[in-house]
Amino acid sequence: MEELKKKVKQALEEGKIHGFLGLKADEGDISPFFMTKDNIAELEKLTAPDGRYSLGKILSRIAAQNPGKAIGVMVRGCDERAIIELTKASQLGTASTVQFGVACTPQTAEKCNCPQPYPSTIDFGEKAKSVNHGELLTKLEQMSVEDRLAYWMAQFDKCIKCYGCRNICPVCYCQECTLEDKNLVPGGIVPPATPVFHFIKAMHMADRCIDCGLCEATCPSNIPLRTIYRHMRKVMQELFDYVPGRAADDKSPLGTLEEGGRLIH
Amino acid sequence: MYLEVMDGKVTGTLPSMNHPISEGSLCIKGWNAHEPVHSQKRLTKPLIRKDGVLTEASWDEAISNVAGELARIRDQYGPNSLAVLTSAKCTNEENYLLMKLTRAVLGTNNIDHCARL
Repeated sequence: MEELKKKVKQALEEGKIHGFLGLKADEGDISPFFMTKDNIAELEKLTAPDGRYSLGKILSRIAAQNPGKAIGVMVRGCDERAIIELTKASQLGTASTVQFGVACTPQTAEKCNCPQPYPSTIDFGEKAKSVNHGELLTKLEQMSVEDRLAYWMAQFDKCIKCYGCRNICPVCYCQECTLEDKNLVPGGIVPPATPVFHFIKAMHMADRCIDCGLCEATCPSNIPLRTIYRHMRKVMQELFDYVPGRAADDKSPLGTLEEGGRLIH
Repeated sequence: MYLEVMDGKVTGTLPSMNHPISEGSLCIKGWNAHEPVHSQKRLTKPLIRKDGVLTEASWDEAISNVAGELARIRDQYGPNSLAVLTSAKCTNEENYLLMKLTRAVLGTNNIDHCARL
C-alpha cells in the first residue's frame, strides 16, 4: 500500500493528475474520498478494503466538474469495467483518467462472487482466482417459464422501491430515469409495478451491466438482482459476442444493428 | 450513511457499505437525505407569527414563546390538549428526546411520527 501511496503522491506532485479518487479508512469506516495536492495528508488513509463503492459513478460526477483535467482513480476489476462503459457512453466528458489498479483479495473475490477480481494493470495486490457461483441462475434456467415467473414475482413483491439498485449502479447515468416515469411506474405504490419496474431496469442493463453486484449488495430486501442481469449478460454474449466492460472500442449491438438485424462491426 | 460533498455543497447520499446494522442498504428517505439540505424552502431562522404575519425572531425569543405557550395550554386545558408529531428527518436520538419531553415534561402520551402518516 505504501508503494501505491507513493505512486499517487508522485503523480499529484508532478501534475500528471489533478486529483485522486479512492477509498479511505477512517476509524474503521470505509468511504470514498477525493483529494488534490492541497490536502495530500488524506492520502495516508488510502486503503484497499473489503467494502466497495461505485467509484466509476463518483468519478463521472468529479469529471463533470473538472473538464479537460486528468483524474487519478483507484480501480478494482469492477471499477475498470465500469469506467470502460462510462467512457463508451461519453459520461466522463473531456476529463481523462489515470488508473491505479488494485487486485482484490481471494476473500473479497469470494464475497463478491467475482469472475474477474482484478484490473488489467495491477499496482497493488495479487491476482486472486476467479469466482463464479451461478447455482441460482442454473436452477432458474431449468424451471418452466411459469415457475420462473412465479419465482421472480415473489422476489419483486419484497421490493420497497428505494431505488438503491439504480442509485448505486455505476452504469446507471441517465438524467431522466425511466423508472421515475409515472406512465410506466405509477407513483405512491409499494411494491412498485411488478414485474415492469424490475424488467425495465433489466432491459436497460442488457448492454451495460458490468457484473459488479453492487445492486444486490445494497438491496435491503435481498432480491437476487444480479442473477437477472447475469442472465442478460449471458444472452448478449451468446447472441452477439458482446460483453459490457470488456473493451472501450467494443460497440453495443443494441446501438449498431443494420437493416436485417446484422451487426455492422 | 455518507453525504457526498462537492465544492462545499451536499450533492448526494451513499450507504455505508461496512456498517454492521445497515450493511450497505438505505431506504428511500436515506437515499434522498441530501435533498432538503440546500432547499430554498428550508427554514433557517426562527419565525413567530405576530398579528398574522411570520416575523423573524431570535432563538431565545422563539424558544421562550414556545415553552410559555405549551405551559399555558397544559395548565389551562390539561396535558392531553397537547400533541407532538416528530419527524423522520430527526435522528433516532432526537426522536427519543422528543418522546421523553412529551411524556415526562408535557405529561401526555400524544406523540406520533410522520413515518406513520
